[in-house]
Amino acid sequence: MIAALEELGAYVESKRRDCVLTWDVTNGELNIDVAPSSIVDFVDFLKVDSTCRFSSLVDITAVDYTGRVKRFDVVYHFLSMYQNHRIRLRISIREEEMVPSITEVHPSANWFEREVFDMYGVLFSGHPDLRRILTDYGFRGYPLRKDFPTTGYTEVRYDEMEKRVVYEPVSLVQEYRQFDFMSPWEGAEYILPGDEKETESS
Amino acid sequence: MDSAKFDDALTGEQKIRNFNINFGPQHPAAHGVLRLVLELDGEIVERCDPHIGLLHRGTEKLMESRTYLQNLPYFDRLDYVAPMNQEHAWCLAIEKLTGVKVPRRASLIRVLYCEIGRVLNHLLNVTTQAMDVGALTPPLWGFEEREKLMGFYERACGARLHAAYFRPGGVHQDLTGDLLDDIEQWSEEFPRVLDDIDGLLTENRIFKQRNADIGIVTQEDALSYGFSGVMVRGSGMAWDLRRSQPYECYDEFNFHVPVGKNGDCYDRYLVRMEEMRQSVSIIKQAVIKIRECPGDVLARGKITPPSRSDMKTSMESLIHHFKLYTEGFHVPSGEVYCAVEAPKGEFGVYLVADGSNKPYRCKIRAPGFLHLQAMDHMSKGHQLADVAAIIGTMDVVFGEIDR
Repeated sequence: MIAALEELGAYVESKRRDCVLTWDVTNGELNIDVAPSSIVDFVDFLKVDSTCRFSSLVDITAVDYTGRVKRFDVVYHFLSMYQNHRIRLRISIREEEMVPSITEVHPSANWFEREVFDMYGVLFSGHPDLRRILTDYGFRGYPLRKDFPTTGYTEVRYDEMEKRVVYEPVSLVQEYRQFDFMSPWEGAEYILPGDEKETESS
Repeated sequence: MDSAKFDDALTGEQKIRNFNINFGPQHPAAHGVLRLVLELDGEIVERCDPHIGLLHRGTEKLMESRTYLQNLPYFDRLDYVAPMNQEHAWCLAIEKLTGVKVPRRASLIRVLYCEIGRVLNHLLNVTTQAMDVGALTPPLWGFEEREKLMGFYERACGARLHAAYFRPGGVHQDLTGDLLDDIEQWSEEFPRVLDDIDGLLTENRIFKQRNADIGIVTQEDALSYGFSGVMVRGSGMAWDLRRSQPYECYDEFNFHVPVGKNGDCYDRYLVRMEEMRQSVSIIKQAVIKIRECPGDVLARGKITPPSRSDMKTSMESLIHHFKLYTEGFHVPSGEVYCAVEAPKGEFGVYLVADGSNKPYRCKIRAPGFLHLQAMDHMSKGHQLADVAAIIGTMDVVFGEIDR
């Protein structure tokens, strides 16, 4: 299985040297890092090439790596029902960068791209209908970004006086409980308040 | 009749305007909270725009701040019709990253309960599909059987619905002998009930009129819209992850993969009925195999709790137990995608781990999300009444679509 995937990875790289940045097989899965500008072309190649035939799109999602300059990874999963193998494509983009939409090649990408836009604020150029999908009408912010608080910013309730649903800023009756439980022998970093002054002065 | 005669009666106002209606969010045939904005030309659907997210709970966001074990119950709440199948994908993803080998008995129990989940799901879907097109009796019969199956859920794990029974490394508790006997007895009796439902629906004139030739999915459609599960099998493609990419120990079971011919709602109904029969056959095989295979049901180690008796005699076990349920276990960093053949189609988990005790990112790939996406394509040109039949046949459950 792994040998077949390595063969496939080498084949794809040899065919599309301009699109493939790097590729590897880890955990029995084929990963390919692709240049953002060539994604549509590359996905189309994967779909029609007789060795690949990745005819169905399984999933599109993104991962937020805070602290990286290219903050988001947009991740595509494809499945070939003919050849019975899977592939994962990754593209790294900066926060304000646009990604070409692949809805022309795979119509099923439509909602996935809307979801990624909704959750991460990644814009897809050439998408026919880039609206929010899962969040509320008129929602603000991108909830799956790491800097978005789990509690959100607004809460809703039905107001008996006004006879309608009202939006209010979140007010928690107790602190949102977030324990890490990390073992003090393994995970903890001992930073005492005031320690940072030492590095500043020196 | 000579139509030219009435020309003068047609004013501009009568001719134009399509009609826009809201279908749902509170509509019994919407199978949950689905809002469809339908544009109708008379009774013909011109455009259909599904608005989803009314049941969005932010599962993926919540998962990022909880330990791997705490995240498990969230999977019950995705597709709440067949809870254990979802947990299965999560456990497989963790086991793949940690490299834990599940004991054989646990593996067999998982197969047994996955198939019970499949029957649970198909029973609900087939019978509510019948209700959507006008039959009231099948749901009553179907729910009676679902009740028994939920009884088996309860006897295995204590909960009728939100099981949290599959754990990384195995299953939570062992099955008792008389539970296995009862499941076996049920699997003997169940085909008779299935025949009853079959007799009520399969050749029923109204049921056929409402389902045959409705919502046809061609093979190209199925591929380009990323369908999976019954939605592709109904169109004649023998694609089943249990067969083509076997996980757990499905490769040692004997079962057929039923396929449809025309790809319409009626074929998908027939495929579901046959899948239930195949599931019953797998259940029977699994029960026999479980009896022959005694042993532990958890791979004892870092990611599973120690046995009760160990905890009472060994300090290390006690500490391990405490640390497991507070800090949780750590998963080595890496990313995996694990998919199972859930009753609705391919249910996948894309897990990015960073080596800590919480997932860095977990994407849940729900089959219903893609199926519902094709709603516009499938319902275009159909009557308004067929919209209910198409929603029914897609087998949408909003727990998993909205997440």
